[in-house]
Amino acid sequence: MSTEPPPRVRVTGPPRRRTVPRRLVDAESPLGEIYLSSLLAEQGRLALRVLLVLALGVASLPAVFFFAPDLADLRPFGIPLAWLLLGVAVHPFLWVLGTWYVRSAERNERDFVDLVTAVSPTEPEKP
Amino acid sequence: MTSQAISLTAVVLVTVATLAIGTWGLRFSRTTSDFLVASRTVRPRLNASAIGGEYLSAASFLGIAGLVLVFGADMLWYPVGWTAGYLVLLVLVAAPLRRSGAYTLPDFAEARLDSRRVRALCSMMVVAIGWLYLLPQFQGAGITLQAALGAPPWLGAVAVAGVVLINVVSGGMRSITFVQAFQYWLKLTALLLPAIVLLMVWVGDGAPNPVDVPSSGLSGDAWSLPLGGGDAQGLYLTYSLIIATFLGTMGLPHVVVRFYTNPDGRAARRTTLVVLVLLGVFYLLPPLYGALGRVYAEALAESGRSDVLVLELPRLMVPGLAGELLSALVVAGAFAAFLSTSSGLGIAVAGVLGQDVTGRRFGRGRLSGVAAFRAGAVIAMAVPLVLALAVPGVGVARAVGLAFAVAASTFCPLLLLGIWWRGLTEAGAIAGLLVGGGGCGFAVAWVMAGGQASSGWAGVLLSQPAAWSVPAAFLTMWLVSKLTRRTVPAHVSRFMVRLHYPERLTR
Repeated sequence: MSTEPPPRVRVTGPPRRRTVPRRLVDAESPLGEIYLSSLLAEQGRLALRVLLVLALGVASLPAVFFFAPDLADLRPFGIPLAWLLLGVAVHPFLWVLGTWYVRSAERNERDFVDLVTAVSPTEPEKP
Repeated sequence: MTSQAISLTAVVLVTVATLAIGTWGLRFSRTTSDFLVASRTVRPRLNASAIGGEYLSAASFLGIAGLVLVFGADMLWYPVGWTAGYLVLLVLVAAPLRRSGAYTLPDFAEARLDSRRVRALCSMMVVAIGWLYLLPQFQGAGITLQAALGAPPWLGAVAVAGVVLINVVSGGMRSITFVQAFQYWLKLTALLLPAIVLLMVWVGDGAPNPVDVPSSGLSGDAWSLPLGGGDAQGLYLTYSLIIATFLGTMGLPHVVVRFYTNPDGRAARRTTLVVLVLLGVFYLLPPLYGALGRVYAEALAESGRSDVLVLELPRLMVPGLAGELLSALVVAGAFAAFLSTSSGLGIAVAGVLGQDVTGRRFGRGRLSGVAAFRAGAVIAMAVPLVLALAVPGVGVARAVGLAFAVAASTFCPLLLLGIWWRGLTEAGAIAGLLVGGGGCGFAVAWVMAGGQASSGWAGVLLSQPAAWSVPAAFLTMWLVSKLTRRTVPAHVSRFMVRLHYPERLTR
């Protein structure tokens, strides 16, 4: 153990510089309002698509087995189908859905940043 | 006697390791930088391990295997729902919640709606959900020490509550990330190693298929159907459980706190993705114990002690010292599960109580911030401890399932409408929280009071309330907000920008 106390570190926030004009980012101008609505709609649609696949792929299973009880007799590799689906297969499925979502959401955000910064890249910042 | 000594050693080791890592992490986070900044630099992998460690509770470690043993494949919906809940959380709230800057759910509600009243209501909900969730942890600790050491059932509950209290009160909250991350890997090891040995024993016995084993309980076919009972009531119960677990995860008080430790919204998403992997790997194991239990430990189901299946199975299948050691490992993992989840919940509840109850002015005096937090921690642990000793258990996993139902009926609508809809108002939020929390709370009280025994649709609807209480809460929140549309907070668009815009644009 060292006897020297560690040097003091000044803790500060991220630099407060703004690369985009305020009126484009704050939603209180007409243009800002359009931007916000378009991003909300885009990300919302993506979320609904992922959830729809989740509903069809996983949440539908009780109904499927309810209306087709014969499926319970299927035993691939000796394991009943329901066990295989719910005990094993569902986990990679959820991960694939999550990866799909994260990639698409990050792409949406990149596109959005490009759009907002491309509109008026050189407009000077008001003090 | 030796088996009890081995198990006792395992429990003591886990406790000492938990306290030691907590102390070490505390020192680490002090010398590096201030707590807030340190926690904001938690990497996705470490953070995901911590979330996994905190999230995998007694219900996951003990409860699922026991339920699967007794009721079969429809109980697999518990682990599936607890994992899928993270996908729903990822898709709908992970990044916006991090970007909101809120440290707790009441913080988020207050910032979004600019309302102290909604904050107070949310604080009450956090405490209620936290206590409901702590109750089965304490009861699980009781039956674990009873099974492993022959201790009286109250001892385990008191021991866990005491250790968590020491950890929380001594300021362990700063270092909790390391403790929780350690406990995920401990829990995984504690189930994985014995599972490998048990599978080898099972193969050595000619690999009898659990479905075809003669049983005094469910027949093999009913045991392998993914819906309870196979009739309309079973279908309702299954779907209600799916709704509660898929939507309830985002409303758990100890989950939200962890999202704030991500550096930004993007990291919050990536963390959640890793969590999906960690939970998926862990949840492969409990059903395995349930299935093997049908071959080797049928008697536990008959005697109603299915919650101890995971603890007993190694000893039942592997004779001698090897079995005792494996049992001790599982006991250690179970104890880690109680400690980690209870710590996370304890901090969440103590924080809320410290801010909104014990931090208030009483007469002339007022407690300082730290003293209020410590007083809050004592109350946060004492109330569920007394309840755990007084109320008969309804099964570890089932009780946790009810906590999810309450979270899904209250915080899920508040978060979803608050994040994705600009029209939410203070009156709408309050009405929705009261309808969802009141309806679901009544059902929970009814189940806790032993009402489960009665059959018929009324009993079925009350024993799994989420399928009606969640839509009712959403509908009320939306309708009342529409009626009070003129009271939409003025700053709502600006807040939405903060929630949804990438950090590059807003700071």
